[in-house]
Amino acid sequence: MSWTPAEPMVSIKNVHKSFGDLHVLKGISLDVMKGDVICIIGPSGSGKSTLIRCVNALNDIQKGSIKVEGIEVNDPKLDKLQLRRKVGMVFQQYNLFPHRTALQNVMMAPVRVLKQDKSIAEETARALIKKVRLEGKEDAYPGELSGGQQQRVAIARSLAMQPDVILFDEVTAALDPETVGEVLETIKDLAEDGMTCILVTHEMGFAREVADHIYFTDRGIIVEHGPPETFFQNAKDSRTKEFLSQIL
Amino acid sequence: MEYIFDWFRVLYQETGINLPFLYDEYDRNRMVEGFFTTIWLSLVCLFFSAIIGIIGAWLQGSSFKWTRRIVNGYIQIFRNTPPLVQLYFFYFAIGTLLPRVDNDWGGQSPILGSFAWAAISLSFFAGAFNVEIFRSGIEAVPKSTVEAAEALGFSKLQIYRDITLPLAFRVVLPALNNNLVNLVKTTTLAYAIAVPEMLYEANQIWSDNVNVTEMMVFLLFAYFLLVGILVGAMNRWERAMKIPGYGG
Repeated sequence: MSWTPAEPMVSIKNVHKSFGDLHVLKGISLDVMKGDVICIIGPSGSGKSTLIRCVNALNDIQKGSIKVEGIEVNDPKLDKLQLRRKVGMVFQQYNLFPHRTALQNVMMAPVRVLKQDKSIAEETARALIKKVRLEGKEDAYPGELSGGQQQRVAIARSLAMQPDVILFDEVTAALDPETVGEVLETIKDLAEDGMTCILVTHEMGFAREVADHIYFTDRGIIVEHGPPETFFQNAKDSRTKEFLSQIL
Repeated sequence: MEYIFDWFRVLYQETGINLPFLYDEYDRNRMVEGFFTTIWLSLVCLFFSAIIGIIGAWLQGSSFKWTRRIVNGYIQIFRNTPPLVQLYFFYFAIGTLLPRVDNDWGGQSPILGSFAWAAISLSFFAGAFNVEIFRSGIEAVPKSTVEAAEALGFSKLQIYRDITLPLAFRVVLPALNNNLVNLVKTTTLAYAIAVPEMLYEANQIWSDNVNVTEMMVFLLFAYFLLVGILVGAMNRWERAMKIPGYGG
């Protein structure tokens, strides 16, 4: 348990995951250091989302090891609560609580899970809503907000738990093109603040701009990875080249 | 008030339409008692059947096979047998098996009176339907919303209380209201074990006055109004519970 910032914050080693007969992850390994922003890209069905869902134990794994700050996720005795306090997650479909206002959505977990004092949690929540540039929308219900606004509330909700790393699961995939920018801007702010981020994304331009490291997955394995400059300009694997030529 | 009472006395004398509970104090007190007994029995059963529904639906989601089986067995028994038979079963079968206690008149009485048995029996009857109603609502809550709460570190119980139940509740309100309306009507069965509710008191009055036709007409309108008020209140409640921008 004695994790130090010199070691990877998230360490994924030889992870295998199946849904019944479907072998989705076939031995994936990658390390994320504190403050790193990594992007996982690849064709649909290549196991990107499954991989990051394994990191906070929303999916279990059959083989291998995932360590978050030294906590082994693939352990039957895992304290999920302890893990999920460290790992935030933002979803493709926002998944806000529709019966709570934006402010309440952000406040809820700190009050319920961290047992924070309500007035303190509210103060923090208001500051976070301001940070994601949604001042004035505190009392709006998710159904009254646009997709981009909902996703920014979801990011604020995740930040309110003060996680050490945030997982972003195709967070712009369900958005209108005009609102994608505002969400990416918010994530960029976070990255610049030094938040450790693991993103699954199809936004190549964004990946090139903010990522420290890019991983390309196909059919359950990491085909190629590297810093964005080399990855986008000098891809070596034919599958990576083909994928990039279709996207760019 | 006296003027109205006198008017009904004259009505009886002139036309033979006999509504003694409107001009005779003794019969009036019986009817008032019957009215409040019906209201009180309804409220007690509404409350406990809702509690049974909420807890039952929660237990149905249990990971223990036998917990689920017991809940399902309870539902089958109470849904597939007539409520009158259930009432008799509680009052005459279970009731006579329980110890008796000394009463104020030097004799012995059952430990639970007819009102208590009616409340227990009808709560279980309506509760069985409520479990099914709540379960359908719980199934209608998107799994992704629950997942978002999991990822924020909510415990199973917190998710049920803060997310699933409030959302399920809004989905099932129309079905729940239907069941509760049925429950209020079913309280008339308590007549069969001499609970002094409205139907029972009306019977007392018509036995003394031989005015069966008038009492029947009155009862029909009395229940029509009572349930009408309940339905009106429920509809208002449904509208008040609506989440802005959510659902239809």
